[in-house]
Amino acid sequence: MTVIEKLKKTWLGNIRGDVLAGIVVALALIPEAIAFSIVAGVDPMVGLYASFSIAVVTSIVGGRPGMISGATGAMALLMVTLVAQHGLEYLLAASILTGIIQIIFGWSKLSKLMKFIPRSVMVGFVNALAILIFMSQMEHFEGQGWTMYALAGVSLVIIYLFPKISKTIPSTLIAIIAITVFAVVMGINTQTVGDMGALPDTLPVFLIPEIPLTIETLVIIFPYALALSVVGLLESLLTATIVDDMTDTESDKDKESRGQGYANVVTGFFGGMAGCAMLGQSVINVKSGANGRLSSLVAGVFLMFLILVLGDLVVQIPIAALAGVMIMVSISTFDWNSLKMLTKVPKSDSTVMVVTVGTVIVTHDLSQGVLAGVVLSAIFFAAKISKVNVEKSTGHSDSYKIYKVEGQLFFASVTDFTKSFDFDEAVNTVEIDLSQAHLWDDSAVEALDKVKAKFHQRNVEIVLSGVNKESSQLMSKLDGLSSGH
Amino acid sequence: MYNKILLAADGSDHSLRSAKHAMALVRGGENPHIDIIYVVDGDKSKTDVLHYGNTDVIQSKRKEKLSPIEEMLEEKEISYEIHLKHGEPGPAIVKFANDSQYDCVVLGSRGLNQLQTMVLGSVSHKVAKRVECPVMIIK
Repeated sequence: MTVIEKLKKTWLGNIRGDVLAGIVVALALIPEAIAFSIVAGVDPMVGLYASFSIAVVTSIVGGRPGMISGATGAMALLMVTLVAQHGLEYLLAASILTGIIQIIFGWSKLSKLMKFIPRSVMVGFVNALAILIFMSQMEHFEGQGWTMYALAGVSLVIIYLFPKISKTIPSTLIAIIAITVFAVVMGINTQTVGDMGALPDTLPVFLIPEIPLTIETLVIIFPYALALSVVGLLESLLTATIVDDMTDTESDKDKESRGQGYANVVTGFFGGMAGCAMLGQSVINVKSGANGRLSSLVAGVFLMFLILVLGDLVVQIPIAALAGVMIMVSISTFDWNSLKMLTKVPKSDSTVMVVTVGTVIVTHDLSQGVLAGVVLSAIFFAAKISKVNVEKSTGHSDSYKIYKVEGQLFFASVTDFTKSFDFDEAVNTVEIDLSQAHLWDDSAVEALDKVKAKFHQRNVEIVLSGVNKESSQLMSKLDGLSSGH
Repeated sequence: MYNKILLAADGSDHSLRSAKHAMALVRGGENPHIDIIYVVDGDKSKTDVLHYGNTDVIQSKRKEKLSPIEEMLEEKEISYEIHLKHGEPGPAIVKFANDSQYDCVVLGSRGLNQLQTMVLGSVSHKVAKRVECPVMIIK
């Protein structure tokens, strides 16, 4: 396929499906973009600009056609402290830096590193995300009267029951319209989007964030940018794989990483916060019939259009209605299947999942949860793999013993290995059968030398058998080193 | 009378029962063949990707779920083919059934996901209404 043909296919291969799905997604994006801005502690404008520019940029340079990216909860949650302590301008700068880091990630093909993140950490990641989104909504209810609870409750009922009547219009939108109309008509005094800050009345414009270009600034924003890059790529590549599966097609994960990066750079310069792929919205998009790039472009442009035209109405949306939408988002983000599996999967997997979730809930930082999960699974893995099995048998005569070693010999397993030998036994020859073992590092070679030396002291002859190629290469390499001392 | 049958299955106990009925239907047919369709919806995609990660593992895990049905068919020496499809189960089954000629479509009245049946309505009902050939719903 030539480049032109390929472009034509991913852009114009499914015009009707892409446009319709894009419109549906735009409608569903509005409440989320506003709510996530509130989570991050910035004006709703910042999230709306972000969702617009990220959706548009990724539609052009992203690696996964049919996927929707925008302002997300995972990213918003990471920004809270930065915004609270340093303000919006630093957030915009951090968004740009996030983009740059992600572009570097993409070019250096680091998406391969994703395979080192165990599945149980990923499950923990989405579950923690769901819990954090839910908790962030609970703050809105503090000190509010029963009307807030009632409105949020009704909006949830509409969200879950409206699909029984019609599935063409997103039920979240219906809930928001219904609650807003009800609150305005009845004159209910409740917090609205307008109370949370300004809404855009113009298209975003190019602006360089007003920050001092100093090392201090970099020191402030770099940790946030790094965490944002990792979390953004994690959710984006996970979502891309889900869209791959749903559409039965492949996608270029490195290109997607770069695309996310370009999108965040552009967003930062246009007054938006860093974002990433949106799991829920992408599923809605594909379910609504999209599979091409046009869908994301339409979603972004239509979102901006709606906000510019309907801004005066949007400010009247009660926060309670948005809270209802966010509770639905958190319920559908949570992997309920993992609760069923909790008792069925190995204990170490469940522990990793729970520790990942726990770390995130304590630190409010998804990247730290992922780090804790990865480290813990590495420890579990090391523990599992460091089990060496040494079996003793008697050879052709009683004075000839064979030790059969099974497992991986490395720094964590050598203690068990050396302990398995009976040095005081009266034998002439000991054979160490390494055909089922592998020597990995200098600790292993050292341990083996130690065992040999101990037997030598007792005048026992040592025979090594079944040493595989890599292990013997390692042994001779290290022997050469030690003799040089 | 029944030679070519479409069986909707997801590996649940219900779909195993449906498979038995499908096999009973083609018994005595001249050249019996059963097409098995397994539809994966968006939520299933999400859980499978989360728990298995890579696409190849996911595909083999899904095939694995249908292996009890495969064994039954192999034992009875009935020719079959598995089709993995993506999308909403109802419309996907309807489209697949109507795109070619089947003597009958067999499916269970309840799948793995009960919440879905509650919220989205019954798949079997939709299929029964829109498929052009006879439909057998196993209760």
